[in-house]
Amino acid sequence: MSSATLTVSKIRNGTVIDHIPAGRSLAVLKVLGITGYEGLRIAILMNVESKKLGRKDIVKIEDRVVDEREASVISLIAPEATINIVRDFNVVEKRNLRLPEIIKGLLKCPNPLCVTNNDPEALSEFVKVSEKPLRLRCVYCDTYLNEADVLRQVVGQ
Amino acid sequence: MPGLVSIYDLTRQDMEEIFEDTEKRLNAQPRKELSGKIVSLAFFEPSTRTYLSFETAAKKLGAEVIGFTGEEAISVAKGESLADTVRMLENYSDIIVMRHRFDGAAKFASRVTSKPVINAGDGKHEHPTQTLIDLFTVRRNFGFIDNLTFGLLGDLKYARVVNSLLRGLKAFRPKLAYLISPEPLAARREILEELNYPYREVREPHEVIGEVDVLYVTRIQKERFVDEQEYERVKESYKVDLKLVEQMKKDAIILHALPRVQEIDRRVDKDKRAKYFEQASYGVPIRMSVLVKYGVEKA
Ligand SMILES: [Zn+2]
Repeated sequence: MSSATLTVSKIRNGTVIDHIPAGRSLAVLKVLGITGYEGLRIAILMNVESKKLGRKDIVKIEDRVVDEREASVISLIAPEATINIVRDFNVVEKRNLRLPEIIKGLLKCPNPLCVTNNDPEALSEFVKVSEKPLRLRCVYCDTYLNEADVLRQVVGQ
Repeated sequence: MPGLVSIYDLTRQDMEEIFEDTEKRLNAQPRKELSGKIVSLAFFEPSTRTYLSFETAAKKLGAEVIGFTGEEAISVAKGESLADTVRMLENYSDIIVMRHRFDGAAKFASRVTSKPVINAGDGKHEHPTQTLIDLFTVRRNFGFIDNLTFGLLGDLKYARVVNSLLRGLKAFRPKLAYLISPEPLAARREILEELNYPYREVREPHEVIGEVDVLYVTRIQKERFVDEQEYERVKESYKVDLKLVEQMKKDAIILHALPRVQEIDRRVDKDKRAKYFEQASYGVPIRMSVLVKYGVEKA
């Protein structure tokens, strides 16, 4: 991040999500159910320089932790993100997100006649076919989900 | 519980064992290999033909058969989840043969029950026992399956037998598969991307028919069309008639999983290359072999 142009103070306690693909920070907040009206102190940095990604977004949220389920949904739209847990201004835990090999119950199969869309007990399940570009396959009916489908489902765009 | 949900559940060796076992059954008196066993036939989507084939296979092996199809299936499924119905059948039976209109239903059932599930067709997805019948017919006629040129003609998009056949052929070494269909009925990309042998998509059977060893004709799956107009546009877009058959190799064969509608001219039936009735006759012995494979615990 270029400190010459943007200065954001450190947070005392909370979560920093770094290495979000440029422009996706608002989608990440949406996954976390954060609208801005919760009263949380939040810093959003968009399109800042990154050695790894060229450009990236960063989100800092005070007094909020990210649980496992939220982390796996974020990994679908920001597979290279890192989650830093901050306590008393120090990073106490650093988690590198990884897109899981199997994604259960989070996404909907686009095939209306797939058993997962027609039986209350049949939970959706996708296997990762490729990460770049993102491609998932329904284990029940073999229908593909691509990156645009996933993004649309996760953030409703 | 492992069963036969997808043709991928079988290796080449598994398939060859089934073919050899079936070969022995063709002229032999059936033995009561499944006596004391109960086979459930859960046909949530009605199909008299496949139901009778499995029922006959089970009874010849001395098994008891319980099951439902057609109207009965609708009342069984009413208000109850698929998982609950499968759990009920699990209590009564040693093996569950299932047909369902939803894609992936058999796989889901196999994850619910500890009894083996045989997929007798799940939506537009797979129908592995039909593929065994198809490949067995090829083997009976040529003596082998490798190095042949296949031509799959018709509704390659909604016909589950096509998915299972294309996948089943991966265990062998076909020379080439021609996928012959009007554009709206082209095979699914998901299936094509998996293939490990050469294939070519063509629109007109006349272009390639002279090269084909095995012509596999499918019915247009009217019931799977989401859009009635889409069906109207393609419903009579291909037909195997005497003129097409004339251009085929002398020792080629024509297969069809039956029932047919109008995609094969009835005058073709008398041609010696028409093998679809012979193919249908292998339904019971192949299914006997499958039922024994999954219904008898290995020592
Ligand atoms: Zn599906």
